[in-house]
Amino acid sequence: MSTATEERAPEQAFAGPRRDILNRGFAGLSRGAAITILVTLALVATFLVKEALPALTANPSDLADQVDWLKDEPGRSLWPVIASLVFGTVIIASLALAIAAPVSYGIALFISHYAPRRMAAGLGYVIDLLAAIPSVIYGLWGAFIFIPAILPALEWIERSFNWLPFLRGRVIATETTMVNGQEVVTQVFSVGTGRVALSAGIVLAIMILPIITAVTREVFLQTPVLHEEAALALGATRWEMIRMAVIPFGKPGMIGATMLGLGRALGETMAVFMILSPWSIPRFSVSVLEPSAHNTIAANIALKFPEANSMGVSALIAMGLALFVITLAVNMLARWIISRRSEFSGAN
Amino acid sequence: MAAVVEQGTLTLEPLSRRRATVDRLMQAAVYAAFTLALIPLVWLIVTVISRGVGRFMIDSDGESHFNWDFLTQSMRGVYGGMPAGGILHAATGTLIITLIAAAISVPIGLLTAIYVVEYGRGPLKRAITFFVDVMTGIPSIVAGLFAYALFAVLAGPGTKTAIVGAVALAVLMIPVVVRSSEEMLRIVPNELREASLALGVPKWLTVLKIVVRTAFAGITTGVMLAIARVIGETAPLLIAVGVADSMNWDPLDGRMMTLPVYIVSEYRKGPQPCNNPDVACIADITVQRAWAAALVLILIVMALNLIARLIAKYLSPKTGR
Repeated sequence: MSTATEERAPEQAFAGPRRDILNRGFAGLSRGAAITILVTLALVATFLVKEALPALTANPSDLADQVDWLKDEPGRSLWPVIASLVFGTVIIASLALAIAAPVSYGIALFISHYAPRRMAAGLGYVIDLLAAIPSVIYGLWGAFIFIPAILPALEWIERSFNWLPFLRGRVIATETTMVNGQEVVTQVFSVGTGRVALSAGIVLAIMILPIITAVTREVFLQTPVLHEEAALALGATRWEMIRMAVIPFGKPGMIGATMLGLGRALGETMAVFMILSPWSIPRFSVSVLEPSAHNTIAANIALKFPEANSMGVSALIAMGLALFVITLAVNMLARWIISRRSEFSGAN
Repeated sequence: MAAVVEQGTLTLEPLSRRRATVDRLMQAAVYAAFTLALIPLVWLIVTVISRGVGRFMIDSDGESHFNWDFLTQSMRGVYGGMPAGGILHAATGTLIITLIAAAISVPIGLLTAIYVVEYGRGPLKRAITFFVDVMTGIPSIVAGLFAYALFAVLAGPGTKTAIVGAVALAVLMIPVVVRSSEEMLRIVPNELREASLALGVPKWLTVLKIVVRTAFAGITTGVMLAIARVIGETAPLLIAVGVADSMNWDPLDGRMMTLPVYIVSEYRKGPQPCNNPDVACIADITVQRAWAAALVLILIVMALNLIARLIAKYLSPKTGR
């Protein structure tokens, strides 16, 4: 492998300067390809900034004149709209994560420590199938099949818990009734057609299960067998062994995997686009059951882009830039956490 | 071991009923988690199959018998609730765009993997490994915006052609190809490289003819899985390529339809009005088209996955590890 060996080798079949040129050429070629990747990433950032600049530097009234979904009013100009979309994106992604993370850990444990060894690889493949299904098909299934199916459940949750501000539907009517000679105003809430942040969150959760499961499973499988056997030898039950040996060892990996899932959920477009109502006007609504109140950056770009004029495109690219920065930060943090684990673990 | 001792859990009480119950409960929870994940998978696949065959059962006169019209027609001249129209143009578009994306990303991805495994050292190697991981997390819609912005500068604003979409998909595909090729190159035994170099074979030939050849099946598997992943990408194509109703063979000129975008555009058309009883008309034909296209897309993706796994299983060399 070392270059010293190479230089001392008898140069018969591949002798002469040609060999040297080809050797250097190939090394340079592969190095060039590698550098291309770094350049591409830099270009992504550069071009997004360049194309976003017109919208970012235009004054709000000019922008409102040219872009129909922006207005020169408080809360409806570019930055507040981006902020409300970031809010919607974070809410929906967090919901997805809150649902997907525990289930994924369970699946990872099932594959690594509960299922028979022979089946483990096959079961992992079954979970990977969930990742293979294109997101547009999740969107179609979510919009036509899943939401109508869970609508009664959503309505029940809303009816039972609408005293909680984050589980309250949209006010569709106010009724005034006379109780003991006093007017009592009651509000009637509705979850509409069920196209709410919670539905989008559930479908996203299904989509990010595989990535969280795959990374967590790998980490769980790397738990030193000695730790596990020691725990069992001390009389631990299987769950206690997992709590004492597997989870402490795998914790950084679990956190990293979860953040990778978050990164995926933040950037997911089509499923959210097809599930949320197209006429959603994003607001800072904390209720995950309020219809037409949330939208995500990615879904909003997909919705507005086909009909956008040049300034509209610029404004949408500014949103894309915000999404890029957020997902980049989340992913870099996730990778850093995961790589830190592999450096310090004695198991590898 | 140290962790266990430090936590002070070294002395475990005798197995009490409580501990046994907790153990059982957690076992049940873990089994439940796995079952829970299977529900949407089965539900979705069954739905796509059962709803997807509907469009194949209608011919252009609105009669119901099995036919292949959906695969052999484009959407040219199809309007309203006409029981016609298919995915020929979309399937062609998907094929063209995916092939171009693969042609861009496979050489770059493979060469980068070769650099990382065979040549790389120091900060550049670390930077590449790290940023390839980061690149995996680029949202697909951002890749689409990037390609659009790039071509807006290169070819004028508003350029929406297949090549723009292919560049967007390539951005998404490269890190996947690098990752999988890297893993495959790594498991090639060092003895093979050393034997080749000892025979006086130059390094570049060793890499190409020994290392890459040994890992070839694995690399092919990785590339096919990467294709399977980008073939269903919708958002970047919606932005960078747009929609079209007719065939377009030219990746450098004009918009081109693709299968995933076809699904969305049929979905967004919604039910069609059927007012004239003399004309064959099906109100939910658009929905049927969307499901049928979803069925075709899922079959393509599953086939790619299956072929990839079969290649990995039967063609990979036995490394003895």
